Amino acid sequence: MRIFDPHIHMTSRTTDDYQAMYASGVRALVEPSFWLGQPRTSPASFFDYFDALLGWEPFRAAQYGIAHHCTLALNPKEANDPRCTPVLEELPRYLVKDGVVAVGEIGYDSMTPAEDVALATQLQLAAEYALPAMVHTPHRDKLAGLRRTIDVVAESNLDPEHVLLDHLNETTVKVAADSGSWLGFSIYPDTKMDEDRMVSVLRSHGTDRVLVNSAADWGKSDPLKTRKVGDAMLAAGFSEDDVDKVLWRNPVAFYGLSGRLQLDVPAPEALHEGNSILRGGE
Amino acid sequence: MNRESIDGRLDSAAVAWLDQALAEAAEAADEPDNVAVPRWQLRFAAAGRHCGQENADAVRTLLLRRAAADVGTLTRLYQQGAAAERRAVLLALPDLVPGPEALPLVEDALRTNDTRLVEAAVGPYAAGHLDPHAWRHAVLKCLFTGVPVAAVADAERRAHGDAELARMLADYASERTAAGRSVPADLHRVLIMTGEES
Ligand SMILES: [Zn+2]
Repeated sequence: MRIFDPHIHMTSRTTDDYQAMYASGVRALVEPSFWLGQPRTSPASFFDYFDALLGWEPFRAAQYGIAHHCTLALNPKEANDPRCTPVLEELPRYLVKDGVVAVGEIGYDSMTPAEDVALATQLQLAAEYALPAMVHTPHRDKLAGLRRTIDVVAESNLDPEHVLLDHLNETTVKVAADSGSWLGFSIYPDTKMDEDRMVSVLRSHGTDRVLVNSAADWGKSDPLKTRKVGDAMLAAGFSEDDVDKVLWRNPVAFYGLSGRLQLDVPAPEALHEGNSILRGGE
Repeated sequence: MNRESIDGRLDSAAVAWLDQALAEAAEAADEPDNVAVPRWQLRFAAAGRHCGQENADAVRTLLLRRAAADVGTLTRLYQQGAAAERRAVLLALPDLVPGPEALPLVEDALRTNDTRLVEAAVGPYAAGHLDPHAWRHAVLKCLFTGVPVAAVADAERRAHGDAELARMLADYASERTAAGRSVPADLHRVLIMTGEES
């Protein structure tokens, strides 16, 4: 089973995770820039983070045979902090980088006027730089947030078919699908979607334009959820081709809209004994 | 690598892209840029996806040479670059910067643990300009991170007669041995170069 996790925050994960992901079939992933749990207080802090997503993290991933790409943006939560909003002016010079396959994650958190501005501005940037956009739907007041998101997309120059709406569930899938955008589902332990509910959604909705991700980060989450969905799909009678479509071809098609996917990472060589790269050098 | 040998590895769309990029870079060389981000620098960032990652080093260093990038431009491209762009700047230094002014970039790269950067940092520019202490640590860093010592430019000349390097290598070897770990073959290679083997 080949797996592309279209939304996972590897900066917050360990090398054990990379190893386990490779063993379960993960060969490619996209790491969206997001809120780090601790609020940032200056644009420079974002730039170091963006540099890590374009430098150190792809280097780490490649050691485990996994192709790493990222999406960059000012996240909705910090879009509300005037100390952070100058990030928007510097974003263009990052959006031209080879490893950037979308603008994201953008969207709403508390649906404030500052979030309106950040969302509209960044959808515009995506259109300008010929990138798709990765838009998450809010955790609170999700359906209303989704409707407002779809309206802002409709007003932008970005084609809805170049937008991925993420963190969907049973109550939002219909409205999201009608918008013409791609449909993302984050599978978590305990909360939000689980793998069996995901299988039910796939049964009723079908596999078209559906992406499944672990959204694993610094919170309680599981980087192997993509594989667990694949196994649950097979157990429920879906074919291997269905699984490949959802876990590989759909994310490749969506992020491939950027023209920047490079999926040919060599398999990890058994590291020379004593080579200390895996411990981070010294 | 020169233009002809790069072209042999590119498809026709990439060759056309590179033609345009080089023309823009040559223009910038004639007439220093007055726009915020010159077009050839956007192409410098995008080289991997247009010419293939396997050709990106060659294409990017060619662009830097054609634009006759000065230390200020190289520093900005390095600081604002993704890892692959930083690597290209490091590789271009010996052709573009005669003096030691670009050493801070080499030192920055040597502080990372990214072997792509460390490898590019220990080329001829480092051989020509790094002071003995920093150069010894660069060699040791290669041994620690698994960058082949073959990547260290001019290693024979710089290592020769360096008793302090020999001592550092011997200490590292005994630390490895004490831990029950093997001593990298490259360590012996450098130790022989010092001519200070005991
Ligand atoms: Zn996320």
